[in-house]
Amino acid sequence: MFAFILRRLAVAIPTLLLLIVFSFVLMHLAPGGPFTGERALPPAVLANLERQYGLNDPLWLQIWNYLYNIVVHFDFGPSFVYPDRTVNQLIAAGFPVTLTYGALSFLAAVIFGVSLGVVAAIWHNSWVDYLAVGISIGAQVLPNFVMAPLLVLVFTLWYRLLPGGGWSFNDPSFWIMPVIALATSYMASIARITRSSMLEVLGSNHIRTARAKGMPEHRVIIRHALKPAMLPVISYLGPVFVSMITGSVVIDIYFSTGGIGKAFVDSALNRDYAVMMGVTILIGTLTILFNLLVDVLYAWIDPKIRY
Amino acid sequence: MTKLFATTALIAALAMPAYAVQPAEGETLAENQTYTYWLLDAIKSLDPAKNTDVEGSDALRSLFEGLMIEDAQGNMIPGVAESYEVSDDQLTYIFKLRDANWSNGQPVTADDFVFAWQRVVTPATASEYAWYIELMNVQNATAIIAGEMEPDQLGVRAVDEKTLEVTLTKPTPYFISTLSHTTAYPVPRAVVEEHGDAWIQPANLVGNGAYTLASHNLGVEIVFQKNPEYWDADNVVMETVRGVTVNDNNVALTRYQAGELDRVQIPAGQYPRLSEQFPDQAVSVPYGCSYAYVFNLSEKGPEVLKDQRVREAMSLSLNRDVIVDQVLQGGQRPAYSWTHWAINGFAAPEGGMAEMSQEQRTERARELLAEAGYGPDNPVRVQLQYNTDDSHRLLAIAAQQFWRPLGIEIELNNVEWAVHTDRLQNQDFQVARYAWCADYNEASTFLDWFRTDGYNSGKWSNEEYDRLLAEAATAEDTTPLYQRAEEILAEEVPAVFVYHYAKVDMINPAIKGLPRENLRNTWYAKDIYRTAE
Repeated sequence: MFAFILRRLAVAIPTLLLLIVFSFVLMHLAPGGPFTGERALPPAVLANLERQYGLNDPLWLQIWNYLYNIVVHFDFGPSFVYPDRTVNQLIAAGFPVTLTYGALSFLAAVIFGVSLGVVAAIWHNSWVDYLAVGISIGAQVLPNFVMAPLLVLVFTLWYRLLPGGGWSFNDPSFWIMPVIALATSYMASIARITRSSMLEVLGSNHIRTARAKGMPEHRVIIRHALKPAMLPVISYLGPVFVSMITGSVVIDIYFSTGGIGKAFVDSALNRDYAVMMGVTILIGTLTILFNLLVDVLYAWIDPKIRY
Repeated sequence: MTKLFATTALIAALAMPAYAVQPAEGETLAENQTYTYWLLDAIKSLDPAKNTDVEGSDALRSLFEGLMIEDAQGNMIPGVAESYEVSDDQLTYIFKLRDANWSNGQPVTADDFVFAWQRVVTPATASEYAWYIELMNVQNATAIIAGEMEPDQLGVRAVDEKTLEVTLTKPTPYFISTLSHTTAYPVPRAVVEEHGDAWIQPANLVGNGAYTLASHNLGVEIVFQKNPEYWDADNVVMETVRGVTVNDNNVALTRYQAGELDRVQIPAGQYPRLSEQFPDQAVSVPYGCSYAYVFNLSEKGPEVLKDQRVREAMSLSLNRDVIVDQVLQGGQRPAYSWTHWAINGFAAPEGGMAEMSQEQRTERARELLAEAGYGPDNPVRVQLQYNTDDSHRLLAIAAQQFWRPLGIEIELNNVEWAVHTDRLQNQDFQVARYAWCADYNEASTFLDWFRTDGYNSGKWSNEEYDRLLAEAATAEDTTPLYQRAEEILAEEVPAVFVYHYAKVDMINPAIKGLPRENLRNTWYAKDIYRTAE
């Protein structure tokens, strides 16, 4: 197992490197640049900007300098569009916000999603099942860009209960609406995967054996059914966790959280090369890390899996 | 000094002192003097040398003060400058600075202006707005930006602690009106030299404006507190100013209605409903931008558009009344000139298509197209490029409908912003949506765009036009020159002028002192106050 983890980590480095080089080249291929705007800049002004940001170096040198600064100084460069800030500062400010509402949404989605799925599977084809399936389909079809303004309308304008947006680490009332809006559709998917996987497990031989032994039903479910039923859920959760904690542009736009989801999309639209690379690397690293974690969890849950 | 100031017109020390707006009689001030305004996006920079956008300028106007500031009508009134003199040849300006302090208690000196302006043009500063100092025609700005001269050669110097001398390359009638712009603000030399690039961090930032920076959570909220060191602090009523970012205009409107914001832009198409429902809150005022469809007349442009009759037919048959009244619905006005109708001293030339009915225009368009050999059987085919935005799309669809029956087939080409501007600047388009906003309140800010060496993305060129504008730079009476220039634009149609902007907002009626007649919506938090219900 230890050797497996080491091997996977060793592969991760060239993977990241490839990701960086590809993104870097693709980004520079896109028409326009960070300084194209409504008015064309005079050539001398543009030249000064490009020199200052190293944009007139050959591409390979730019990539080399970029990698060098990351590896040696852990410096992801200055933002082109937010000249008062560096990429490190922007990510340090935005990522904790995204991480907070993302992780909370993940917890909410898993707790409610799994419960809903399990309940639906146990009382298969009863009204409980139909209700649970109804809720999850409802949550699935209501996209978060509809949900978000609706929540603001209800909780901010009508009931005046919650602030309509913004962010504070000290005041959880800012967290509630982003968490609800982000969690619902994931919760629905988790519920459906849990339900079908649970149904399959409940029909399998070892469950029949457990029941034949006269084991109480709740122990059958908790001890013997739940664990194997979680396998497909966990493989779904790995990438979902990463995408939740690295933010949702929809949540960031509607609730103005200052998270990095919007920063990422903006950086692409503004051609803010350094910010775009910084967030790409962050997401890439997290994805690789959590995929590894999921594989390890797999081995723990299913003794048949060996690496 | 060799220049003769004896005969110089002393334009100086305006009769009225530049004190902050005061509450009118009968108004009771609210206990809580806080003003919360809406920001569509994060503020990109608080450094006067690096700011490039409206949101940043609004914030900087609270944190800093230039030589001149604007009153509620957009007229220049003294800011840090108490008075100024101009030489006979209009090339030298001498400013007397008032006793004003930085927020750290140090005096604002002429040297702070010298340092700030030199800093903008220094290549290593990488200022996008370095061109603004060129626009001001400050001596040697161009050469310094190009790296051919040292920054200390810039035509600005501190005669003594409170006297600033500026030398221009040529007489510039609009020079004084450029001084309220954020790029021309002073910065505290001592602080910038001590902290370097980090001087702009909230902990280090020192300004000379009516407010100081209390906190800045990027993309969420920026908070300003009244600055007790400001020279006119006694007359500043508003204690706290908050800029709150809401990235979605509709959510922003909901939050305004929930009382979280005091001012918000009205989303497209909602003005008629809101002005009926909340007549005391929905406000539409002229805003100094013009919207146009620019023709690519460069070598890369399509042949068909080089036929002036085709361009004129497209302009004539675009039903601007429908666009303004049915699509935009926010108090915008149809444009038959490039210069915004509300620009100071501008009068559109008489006659022309503005005075025809739409039936007459469409009829004339048909004739012109027929002359040029086009019609429904043999349509003109061109591409119209616009950047991703709902209102641009709606307008483009409307244009398509107006043009199709005459035999002008438009293919809509929607691209993202960066691609759009890139193609505009490289003449990789046929017809493109464009808008220009006034840098200052005088017609040349618009008309310069079509000069042969102007921004002029379509590369239209006309000798007489260039000459008229060159003449206007020093002319006593510019009106006939600008009118003739507009006539040339109307004759040769380098672009279809579509509409003149309006700024359409919901404003909390308790908030007073926001300018309603300032064409560029330049507002100063020091002039605002909140009345009790």
